[in-house]
Amino acid sequence: MDIHEYQAKELLSGFGVAVPPGGVAYSAEQAVYVATELGGWHWAIKAQIHAGGRGKAGGVKLCRTYQEVASAAKALLGATLVTHQTGPQGKTVHRLYVEKAEPFVRAMYLGFVLDRKIERIRVIASAEGGVEIEEIAASRPETILQQQVDPAVGLQAFQARELAFGMGLNIKQVSQAVTMILGCYRAFRDLDATMVEINPMVVTKDDRVLALDAKMSFDDNAMFRRAKVTEMRDVAEEDPREAQAAEFGLNYVGLSGDIGCIINGAGLAMATMDMIKHSGGEPANFLDVGGGASPERVAAAFNLVLSDHNVKAILVNIFAGINRCDWVAQGVVQAAKGLRVPLVVRLAGTNVEEGRRIIAECGLPIISADTLAEAAHKAVAASRGPA
Amino acid sequence: MIAYGTRVVGGVTPGKGGQSHLGRPVFNTVKDAVRETAAEASLAFVPPPYAADALMEAADAGLRLVCIITDGIPAQDMMRVKRYLRRYPKDQRTTIVGPNCAGIISAGKAMLGIMPSNIYARGNVGVVSRSGTLGYEAGAQMKALGIGITTSVGIGGDPINGSSFLDHLRLFEQDPETKAVVMIGEIGGPQESEAAKWVKENMSKPVVGYVAGLTAPKGRRMGHAGAIISAEGDSAAEKSEIMKSYGLLVAPSAAELGATVALALARGR
Repeated sequence: MDIHEYQAKELLSGFGVAVPPGGVAYSAEQAVYVATELGGWHWAIKAQIHAGGRGKAGGVKLCRTYQEVASAAKALLGATLVTHQTGPQGKTVHRLYVEKAEPFVRAMYLGFVLDRKIERIRVIASAEGGVEIEEIAASRPETILQQQVDPAVGLQAFQARELAFGMGLNIKQVSQAVTMILGCYRAFRDLDATMVEINPMVVTKDDRVLALDAKMSFDDNAMFRRAKVTEMRDVAEEDPREAQAAEFGLNYVGLSGDIGCIINGAGLAMATMDMIKHSGGEPANFLDVGGGASPERVAAAFNLVLSDHNVKAILVNIFAGINRCDWVAQGVVQAAKGLRVPLVVRLAGTNVEEGRRIIAECGLPIISADTLAEAAHKAVAASRGPA
Repeated sequence: MIAYGTRVVGGVTPGKGGQSHLGRPVFNTVKDAVRETAAEASLAFVPPPYAADALMEAADAGLRLVCIITDGIPAQDMMRVKRYLRRYPKDQRTTIVGPNCAGIISAGKAMLGIMPSNIYARGNVGVVSRSGTLGYEAGAQMKALGIGITTSVGIGGDPINGSSFLDHLRLFEQDPETKAVVMIGEIGGPQESEAAKWVKENMSKPVVGYVAGLTAPKGRRMGHAGAIISAEGDSAAEKSEIMKSYGLLVAPSAAELGATVALALARGR
């Protein structure tokens, strides 16, 4: 789960991370009001979307007057921003963050990530920050500073100091940077984050170390114990079908093809999609119905897949372990009544004979298949209409 | 599991000690259970919020093997569990299989998991898979071709696994009954590439590889931190290429897992 910049800053400042003063706004009036409350002479008006690269895409505007704040806010609200992380369709701006602009003399990079390879939190820092950090990492990897965190004791102050000195900061700045690094780490650990990123982390003209931008992502599996973070979910940022799928415990990702897929297990789902492609078709979606495919879940899966109007055929591929083919078959038969597209069903595993019998005797025009290859071939053929 | 021949000697549910279930005694703690039954392995279904605690309890009770089926355990909990295991010397350390897996089956001998046991024939091929259902697919295709398995292990689809491809490849290499191994990967993470490299350098038996997800949508990602640490080899196409470059026989599709194993057995290494 991702959150907005202003939310990340709110959380991080609770852990002692220094951020510029700012406030959220949903309208031009609110933006101007926030600017007057903040005081000062310069403000950054920042589009709040769950993606990086906003600056380059015109999502951050520097304003010098209240009038400029109002017109920047009007221009940004409702606009669609396309960055390298939004995909070509872009993301619509619904919220703004109005922040007191802080003139800075240096921009650096600070990131925290759960590293699967070492199975620990890894801290990454660079004396150079801003948008080019990935290129710096690729072309001059030796300039990237790193620390691994031992989960038994957590990140130590000396590790934070090594990073801060490595960034070329002076002693006064180092102590501020150490507070920021340790604060980010504690937020990562205590809120079950999977990513915390401060880019840029800056030194202001008056020698303060500030987090000018902040991004946080969280472990969905840990949200049962993070009510405060869960409240920050912004469903407007999520694909509506994916959000609907999650309510039923389904995992759905929409794609551009025309064969709808309903499969149990992420691995088998991906393999089946590959098989459809291998047979000359294109999958319309990824959909993992998970372990216990109850009739309600199967019905929800059909609704989701059919909400995509490109779908010309549906392929159900269930290899039952803990669930049972006969249950799945009952769910499929219920959902298949009055279906507008051809349906191919492949069942295997626990209670497969009973499941196949239910499909065969239901009197509906369901095309059954015994193997993965056969199922994919039949689905591709069915999607092309009657021969 | 009991019907398949697994010697299930008891269960653990805190607060239900002294009761019995399916004719087996139930204990309050894993230590009690180990002391009374001399159990060496356990199968855990503990819900996500309590799973890490249960794994550490099992490790501290001295179980050799714990298979955890639970899906949805927080990644930082697994990170702490892995760190906790290192308290014990290597030769006494618990092996965790999973989480988010279907378990382990040694065809015709015993099973510790939730897989449909009738899809496997007894034979000489080892299977290790991140995906449960793709592991079933491999087992069923092989059986249809008259090929059986020694053991099939699901290591689970989570970012942090109790044990890796490499851990199980090492065991299959040592197992005299296993003549070939199938390794079924997924997109994301460095495990497949590391394991493939180890195969090239250390394995005498032929290994068949497959990675699902050639058509998978690119994962959305915020920020740059992930991109900085994951240098190469995340996608299915890259992983398949890496496997080939280390001499694995890569199945062209998931429908040809069985046929590719047959080819590997005929060819040897």
